[in-house]
Amino acid sequence: MSRRTLVTGLLVLAVIALFAVPLLVDGGTSEYGGTDAAVTEQLEADGYTPWFDSLFSPAGEVESGLFALQAALGAGVLGYVLGRLHGRRRAAASAPGRDPR
Amino acid sequence: MHIAEGFLPAAHAIGWTVAAAPFVAHGARAVVREVRENPESTLLLGAAGAFTFVLSAIKLPSVTGSSSHPTGTGPGAILFRPPVMALLGTVVLLFQALLLAHGGLTTLGANAFAFAVVGPWAGYAAYRLVRAAGAGLLPAVFAGVALADLATYGTTSLQLALAFPDASTGLAGALVKFLGVFALTQVPLAIGEGLLGVLLFRVLTVNARPELERLGILRPEPAATPGGAA
Repeated sequence: MSRRTLVTGLLVLAVIALFAVPLLVDGGTSEYGGTDAAVTEQLEADGYTPWFDSLFSPAGEVESGLFALQAALGAGVLGYVLGRLHGRRRAAASAPGRDPR
Repeated sequence: MHIAEGFLPAAHAIGWTVAAAPFVAHGARAVVREVRENPESTLLLGAAGAFTFVLSAIKLPSVTGSSSHPTGTGPGAILFRPPVMALLGTVVLLFQALLLAHGGLTTLGANAFAFAVVGPWAGYAAYRLVRAAGAGLLPAVFAGVALADLATYGTTSLQLALAFPDASTGLAGALVKFLGVFALTQVPLAIGEGLLGVLLFRVLTVNARPELERLGILRPEPAATPGGAA
């Protein structure tokens, strides 16, 4: 395994560990409520009433789906771009007259 | 960092909208100019937008027992300078405000100011500072991407504190209170986001070398390395 692959693997592991460890450490006791919602709850508890409502509020399950759609669109475009760039380099590397084999 | 719909008093909502609008308009011009003058940038521009689209959709657990989402605005700010992200970030926020009831139209200005203006500029400044200090590309990318995330949440806390100062401790007390909700939770997320930024740039330095050289991120390689990259 090249050094480059090793570093990539370790970076990926570090990212996964960073988010997996909190889940394992607390043994499922935390609710993991969103910080955005925590603030609005706090403000509402202090007596603030929002003066404008969202034009469209998807129901819980639909909302998760739309969030997943957002992530999928982003990941799809990112993968497409990185794949094209990779393919372009491979093509350029084998193009200049030399037979890759 | 999304201040929910209707949760900023009207005067604040208008004030932040007025503050953010010129940045977004300038950003729109920057994107159009970039695409027109450097059509070959379009792919990377798409990658920058896609990165913030993915990351801002994902809520991640943190050591504090609450969850939050990264911002993903750093890489685009580093690649194309911050104005471009003022537009791309605002598009993301608009998508979430209209379709996901996350954030809102009345708070779009405030959220855009935190997410699409302050975050990218803070990240870009950190990136430039670390590079000026003599560090390599990847440490600077880590610093820039992580700080873009943290600065956004710091700005949101300040915006909330300005709108809702504490009755007894005033602005400072409110700022501490809101930072208490956001800041600590965000630290591991910012680190994770910084590492993802490093992974992205590791791929780009190999596969998008011509673009990175043109954008001034990498110095052109000495021409005397024929086929040595493989």
